[in-house]
Amino acid sequence: MSTQSPQRAEPDLLYSEDEEALRAAVRDLLADHCDAAGVIARAESDAPHDRELWKLLADGMGLAGLLVPEELGGQGATHREVAVVLEELGRAVAPVPYLTSAVVATEALLAADAGDLLGELASGRRIGALAVALNIPAGSAYQVVRFEDGALHGELTGIADAAVADVLLVPADDGGLYAVDASAATVTPQVSLDLTRPLAKVTLDGAPGRLLGDAEPAVRRALRAGAGLLASEQLGLAEWTLTETVRYLKERKQFNRPVGGFQALKHRLAQLWLEVVNLRATARNAADQLATGGDDADLAVAVAQAFAAPVAVHAAEEALQLHGGIGMTWEHPVHLYLKRAKADSIAYGTAGAHRAALAELVDLRAP
Amino acid sequence: MTDAADLRRRTAELLAAYPPSRLPPPPSTEDPAGPPPSSATTDRLDFLRARFDAGLAWVHYPEGLGGLGAPRSLQAVVDADLEAEGAPDNDPRRIGIGLGMAAPTILAYGTEEQKRRYLRPLWTGEEVWCQLFSEPGAGSDLAALGTRAVRQGDGDWVVNGQKVWTSSAHIARWAILIARTDPDVPKHRGITYFICDMTDPGVEVRPLRQVTGEAEFNEVFITDVRIPDSRRLGEIGDGWKVAQTTLNNERVAIGGMRLPREGGMIGPVARTWRERPELRTHDLHQRLLKLWVEAEAARLTAERLRQQLVAGQPGPEGAGMKLAFARLNQEISGLEVELRGEEGLLYDDWTMRRPELVDFVGRDAGYRYLRSKGNSIEGGTTEVLLNIVAERVLGLPGEPRTDKDVAWKDLAR
Repeated sequence: MSTQSPQRAEPDLLYSEDEEALRAAVRDLLADHCDAAGVIARAESDAPHDRELWKLLADGMGLAGLLVPEELGGQGATHREVAVVLEELGRAVAPVPYLTSAVVATEALLAADAGDLLGELASGRRIGALAVALNIPAGSAYQVVRFEDGALHGELTGIADAAVADVLLVPADDGGLYAVDASAATVTPQVSLDLTRPLAKVTLDGAPGRLLGDAEPAVRRALRAGAGLLASEQLGLAEWTLTETVRYLKERKQFNRPVGGFQALKHRLAQLWLEVVNLRATARNAADQLATGGDDADLAVAVAQAFAAPVAVHAAEEALQLHGGIGMTWEHPVHLYLKRAKADSIAYGTAGAHRAALAELVDLRAP
Repeated sequence: MTDAADLRRRTAELLAAYPPSRLPPPPSTEDPAGPPPSSATTDRLDFLRARFDAGLAWVHYPEGLGGLGAPRSLQAVVDADLEAEGAPDNDPRRIGIGLGMAAPTILAYGTEEQKRRYLRPLWTGEEVWCQLFSEPGAGSDLAALGTRAVRQGDGDWVVNGQKVWTSSAHIARWAILIARTDPDVPKHRGITYFICDMTDPGVEVRPLRQVTGEAEFNEVFITDVRIPDSRRLGEIGDGWKVAQTTLNNERVAIGGMRLPREGGMIGPVARTWRERPELRTHDLHQRLLKLWVEAEAARLTAERLRQQLVAGQPGPEGAGMKLAFARLNQEISGLEVELRGEEGLLYDDWTMRRPELVDFVGRDAGYRYLRSKGNSIEGGTTEVLLNIVAERVLGLPGEPRTDKDVAWKDLAR
């Protein structure tokens, strides 16, 4: 037994009873209101977002305000609870702007101390979107618009869920972050790889904006939380693809036996299970570190994203392959998961970008 | 029920009766000669024996057998208080097989007499144990073993056979042994579990030199070794079931350990990277970062598993931890040899040594690379463990079996 100085307490990597109860409630709601066939049908329509489901989550359950303090109209919960909600939304590839509005936009507003808007977002009455392209990691350069004569001018692309946003949080070239009413902007949907989290182009042509505060710290905080909690969505997604593939391979027979009995496939699924188990620990760690504001939060987020993205993509790709021809069809939902997983692997920074951040954080520098 | 406060009180009483400041440090695990033969040894053992008798050795064991029937998770309370006072430990690495495998099996299947005879010197480290399971023809297919135990008229058993990959056999006083007692029934049903005396003249231990040059393992030849029936564990023919207890405990012991960040194989290579900028290349940088992330993920998973155990909710993750660490150790140590360039072409020492301990990281990069090759074989091969995960955790169909209803003597060998 070592006699080293005692280590700092490890993060709590388990789920509390309350968190499990929250999970059960969200899962029940999604089972009733977010089936795969519905998501596919919606994805092909002009209105890919599920506003009814959003209303149930935000209004009915108050989940949009988990990160917002109670005195501002929120639930005063933490990133740990948000992570549990995102796990379930990931399992269902639910087409709701939860990550973008209730996490990323909310974190930006928390940084800017924008009380009234926080209350509106928390209640779900309005949906917010940070007008930074989805692929940008915290700490990287992002596009800004021009602030001139008291109005905003410019074009921003790759803005996730902007199509349903009521308020856009726009960084400008004067270093400020502005709240812009969506009705004052032109939002043009882009054809997106991920049908369930569509991107849009935002054009501002002399739009009025209300200055919220400095953009840089708000954007940094928002993107860090987005990246860290995205790992929980990726966990839910990977879990669904694994569970569903295992279920299918127990039923599907070829050569007069269940396909899941062939060792070559058993080993692939066991490997995948192990990856998902590891993903759960990294995602839980990131959520806990964000919740407690620990010194290791940057590190935990970088580890979680560097690990989660490849695992979620691998899980979805394996699910497609192991479903055989059925996996290649539009009617089977596995494609929704593959598209979400691949888009998620770029969202808030690629695994490579997070590894580069890590190299600095843990002093493993490039040559 | 014994609670944490009660355990802390008992620990304080033990410390008061045996103040650890008077005790010498435990024998160095690096020093193969062990501690000097002075009265110091007696002091250390006195403390350990007193700790055992106070029920603070393994608190979840029964009273009188080193425990108090307390929840397993409360051991951490006792250990923390003892460590803070500098109390000697029982050198758990050196006696890992006894602690992790023999003890839980004896507790589950031993007679009262057996428990009282074996558990105390096992825990204090006075008697080292080894495990005589694997054979040249029975590794992953352990139940195919051929070592025979034949019952004599007086009730004793005479054992003949050969075992292999036996760590610690050269320092062990006792061994857990499985042998075939009925060749006429299918292989899993004709096995019986014994305790073997390693000092018996019929037991011959030969070092087995490995790819590292070391002889950490042994071959054990068993010739007409007489084992009294009083050293049988469990019923005749029930040995496979008893062995499952041993093997399940082995896997629990492998998972659930607490590691600091960079506490595993990634530590030495990360230090080399930091201290030797001249060795860095872009290709190695990418691979190192990827492995660093995977090592941290595995560490967090082990920590999560530990927290589950403490909370009394053991998860199936333990089944996978050995798989993860085996792969990581191999990839990371392989990377380190490359990182060292010209130095990677050298090796510290090929002299055959017989270490008392399994040493995964203590030598140079080349040694780590070679030793880690065993990680995916020892304690269950990666291929077998993947099957176990697939079948027991994911519920996928089992492998087709052609040996289930065939008498052992009729199996192809």
